[in-house]
Amino acid sequence: MGSTQLPPGTDETLAATSAAVAASGEPVEMVQLLGPDGKLGTDPVFSDYAKRIDPEKLRVFYADMARIRRFDQEATALQRQGELALWVPLTGQEAAQIGSAHASQPQDYIFPTYREHGVALVRNVDLAELLKQFRGVSNGGWDPRGNNFHLYTLVLAAQTLHAVGYAMGIQRDQKLAVAGDSNDPKAAVIAYFGDGASSEGDVHESMVFAASYDAPVVFFCQNNHWAISVPTEVQTKVPLANRAKGYGFPGIRVDGNDVIAVHAVTEWALEHAREGRGPVLIEAYTYRVGAHTTADDPTKYRELAEEAAWREKDPLERLEKYLRTEGLADEAFFEQVQADGDELAKYVRSTTHGLEVPDIRDSFANVYAEAHPLIAEEQAWFEEYSAGFEADQEAAN
Amino acid sequence: MATMTIAKAINEGLRASLKSNPKSLLMGEDIGHLGGVYRVTDGLIKEFGADRVVDSPLAESGIVGTAIGLALRGYFPVCEIQFDGFVYPAFNQITTQLAKIHARSHGRLTVPVVIRIPYGGGIGSIEHHSESPEALFAHTAGLRIISPSNAHDAYWMIQKAIECQDPVIFFEPKRRYWLKGEVDVENAGLSEDPFKAHVVREGTDATIVAYGPLVPVALAAANAAIEDGRSIEVIDLRSISPVDFDTVEESVKKTGRLIVAHEAPTFGGIGGEIAARISERAFLHLEAPVIRVGGFHMPYPVAKVEEDYLPDIDKILEALDRSLAY
Ligand SMILES: Cc1ncc(C[n+]2csc(CCOP(=O)(O)OP(=O)(O)O)c2C)c(N)n1
Repeated sequence: MGSTQLPPGTDETLAATSAAVAASGEPVEMVQLLGPDGKLGTDPVFSDYAKRIDPEKLRVFYADMARIRRFDQEATALQRQGELALWVPLTGQEAAQIGSAHASQPQDYIFPTYREHGVALVRNVDLAELLKQFRGVSNGGWDPRGNNFHLYTLVLAAQTLHAVGYAMGIQRDQKLAVAGDSNDPKAAVIAYFGDGASSEGDVHESMVFAASYDAPVVFFCQNNHWAISVPTEVQTKVPLANRAKGYGFPGIRVDGNDVIAVHAVTEWALEHAREGRGPVLIEAYTYRVGAHTTADDPTKYRELAEEAAWREKDPLERLEKYLRTEGLADEAFFEQVQADGDELAKYVRSTTHGLEVPDIRDSFANVYAEAHPLIAEEQAWFEEYSAGFEADQEAAN
Repeated sequence: MATMTIAKAINEGLRASLKSNPKSLLMGEDIGHLGGVYRVTDGLIKEFGADRVVDSPLAESGIVGTAIGLALRGYFPVCEIQFDGFVYPAFNQITTQLAKIHARSHGRLTVPVVIRIPYGGGIGSIEHHSESPEALFAHTAGLRIISPSNAHDAYWMIQKAIECQDPVIFFEPKRRYWLKGEVDVENAGLSEDPFKAHVVREGTDATIVAYGPLVPVALAAANAAIEDGRSIEVIDLRSISPVDFDTVEESVKKTGRLIVAHEAPTFGGIGGEIAARISERAFLHLEAPVIRVGGFHMPYPVAKVEEDYLPDIDKILEALDRSLAY
């Protein structure tokens, strides 16, 4: 096991069997608490973490998963109607996102890729703002500092290094704070990325840095099985979680469609990071049920049977079963969730139409933080050029 | 003669190369079973198998770096970078390795790698899907950079690129992928230098130089200028590095005026190089300064304002007016 920190309350044997770290090449075990049948199982390590989730919180998990799925449908429809240039659907990955995001604390900083709409929801990002990028009116949308939720990153894996650097900043702040006796809560960072992105060199380098400096970062890889048309097997021969061992920190594979297990595992990992014990890699084993984006056609590269098999493991359905059989939510609750979803969809639809179309002048405005003569010159040219058209227009009238 | 789109022409060109050269192979993200996100490699994996059409891991540095190794071993790899904005993870391999191996080995080694990059804007896409980074590569010695503007050239230029012993970056004008044109598959019709610039329209009052996606725009501007009684010559550069300055110079000696148009930002772009060279070589023939029409010094803007960013007919006509006013 080397010197890496095990989940609390475990010895090496347990850790190995409870899937914390498996040797590369060996079949990896997967942490699962809530099975597809809606029944709650146990795990020697993570059950303790699951116990922290009270019924109210479980209902919030369900409501958030349902709302973000509804949002996803609405955004897909908006794209089909030409209101968005592109949409990146998340259906199937709700538990991975909602479970992990709820495990974070407000002071934790999150670096998403571009599919983390569920994480954005939990972080209270206005979902209409989130659509700006896909509508082609902004290259960002929200204020990343407002919710400690960074901008989406389209160049795959680039953000994993930023996450580690940010985490290194947190470490330094903590040292400064100790000297200055601050009461700020300890913080960690989560970096989201996909199984495809895990092949990029940046992911490797980010893990090297994180390990070298024990940076308080949780690498959260959503293994949704496909990088556009390329299956995970082309990216890695060993379970992704196993890679962590090579860097010298714990790797955990968790059932990404089990919101309870995802929450438990992420909470453990974040505590581990915040307490200064270094990084953790979580591989959320899940599935992208729909297309990669609205520009993609999955029938070209995968079997319908595979999709169908994964639909059986649907994250919402299994939590619904559990809530119902345990009597933790009644019909009125589910009706309310549906109504809230419709409300959200309506809000998103109306605000999308209203998103302001920018002017090219806005694009000149923020190229540099300080004045730059070339920008001024080009903008002046543009003003003169546009004025010429207006003059022509007037002359014609 | 066959009529096909530029995308299909590249597909056919790749097919021809894969057939004629058993050591040629394609590699890139999603190029196999999906046929590439633009379907440029559609059907090739079925015909040639997974060794010749490689669905690679998602790693651009890996794609180009291993292509270099394959080339050193005698292969002719053709890499696809999925979008312009995603070439940067491979930038190191391209500029520090691929470009320099021939020189560093005192000519003993060649690395005939082709890198295909769909580039340019005008498709209403999101960030990193609309950039024109050609100048970044043109600045690096050791790379050849070409960009076809029509189906016939696309069909032949990709094959010539694969045959070329030097590394070639093949910039594909993605917004023209569906532009149809006639392709003479029997006869390239290219001169001895396959990447010599091509005078696509003759004229006497001014010359417009463009390449790739802007060639149709330059032609449309030249047609519009007829209304004002102007006769405009249009040159399709075809090759961005090297630039065929002779053809441009010859044209300018006839017309006395030069406009260079490209989508990439004007500052530090290829247009500046052409303007400087032509000023040196044909100063006494110029009746006006060379005028550049290009993108602004800003990150490629969001789709809703890209029309204001992209050089269009009006911007070229405005430049022509300015030139002709001297
Ligand atoms: C550096 C880079 N290369 C290529 C792309 C194009 N691209 C966008 S998403 C994608 C697949 C990503 O798969 P994965 O990392 O598994 O995440 P998922 O989209 O499945 O969530 C590709 C190839 C990109 N965005 N960035």
